[in-house]
Amino acid sequence: MKKYAWFLVFLPALFIGAGAVFGDNDHSGRTGADDDKGNGWWRESRLDVAPVRNEPYQSECGSCHFAYQPGLLPARSWQAMMGDLANHFGDNAELDETVQQQILDYLVDNAADRSRYKRSRRIDGSLHANDIPLRISDTLYFKRKHHEIPQRLVKGNRQVGSFSNCAACHRRAGSGSYNEHEVNIPGVGLWDD
Amino acid sequence: MNRLFVITSHLLLSIPLAYAANITVDERLGAYQAEGAGPFSAENGKLLWEGKHSAANGDSRSCTSCHGSSLKQGGNHIRTGKPIKAMSPTANPERLTDSKKVEKWFKRNCKWAWGRECTPQEKGDLLRYMQSQ
Repeated sequence: MKKYAWFLVFLPALFIGAGAVFGDNDHSGRTGADDDKGNGWWRESRLDVAPVRNEPYQSECGSCHFAYQPGLLPARSWQAMMGDLANHFGDNAELDETVQQQILDYLVDNAADRSRYKRSRRIDGSLHANDIPLRISDTLYFKRKHHEIPQRLVKGNRQVGSFSNCAACHRRAGSGSYNEHEVNIPGVGLWDD
Repeated sequence: MNRLFVITSHLLLSIPLAYAANITVDERLGAYQAEGAGPFSAENGKLLWEGKHSAANGDSRSCTSCHGSSLKQGGNHIRTGKPIKAMSPTANPERLTDSKKVEKWFKRNCKWAWGRECTPQEKGDLLRYMQSQ
């Protein structure tokens, strides 16, 4: 029995080693890839959510707002949202049918309930099966993580405006990193709790 | 040396791009004419661009709500604050170079600002105004 215990200690080390070796071979451009499948996830799994890698999503949705990573909401949320783009949080965000379907497929395939990234799993884990949050800030996980931030630093802060503006404080949010040590609230500075 | 390269490449690149905007605008205006609109006027376009409309929720909306008061400078999305680059093709040579994009944004933004789609006449006037800036 004790022999097996030793083996269990070494087993993860083997995987980490393999990740380092193969990870180094993977410096190629990855702009064409649409998702993270089979594309060096061992390296990117250090990130919190999979970065956006879909041109139509980035350009169509990202031209008006931060391109929230699909792994921040479950598939059912993206389906509900993409079904009502004519009234998208008060804006008209209609797309032509082909592009809309492409974007929906990308969002659903990479949604929180289908992702192995850390925050995606935690966001999904904080939801009831019948919750269909349309805002990331409505998920229990998000609320737990932000409850200590006073409103004056967000709504009352002209450079932030609302919790929807991820990248105002999470300076590396664009690349899928939401590490709390990187939080830098405009006009306040580093926020480490 | 480096600066010289940047300046010359900028000049060389921006000439055909500005030209591209003219081609796209001409092509759009032709399409609107085929729908019975025209002639088009930059002056009317300016009035349309700055005209305020009240939305169902009581907000006063115009193109300038997000694009700012000067076409040569950018604006900020009124809800999200995301920067929007200048609409003038002189200031931003990428503007008005893609018919599909032009129509997509007319559709979305006319509906947002005016609560309806723009007519071919209005779109032509607006394009002439943007082109003139």
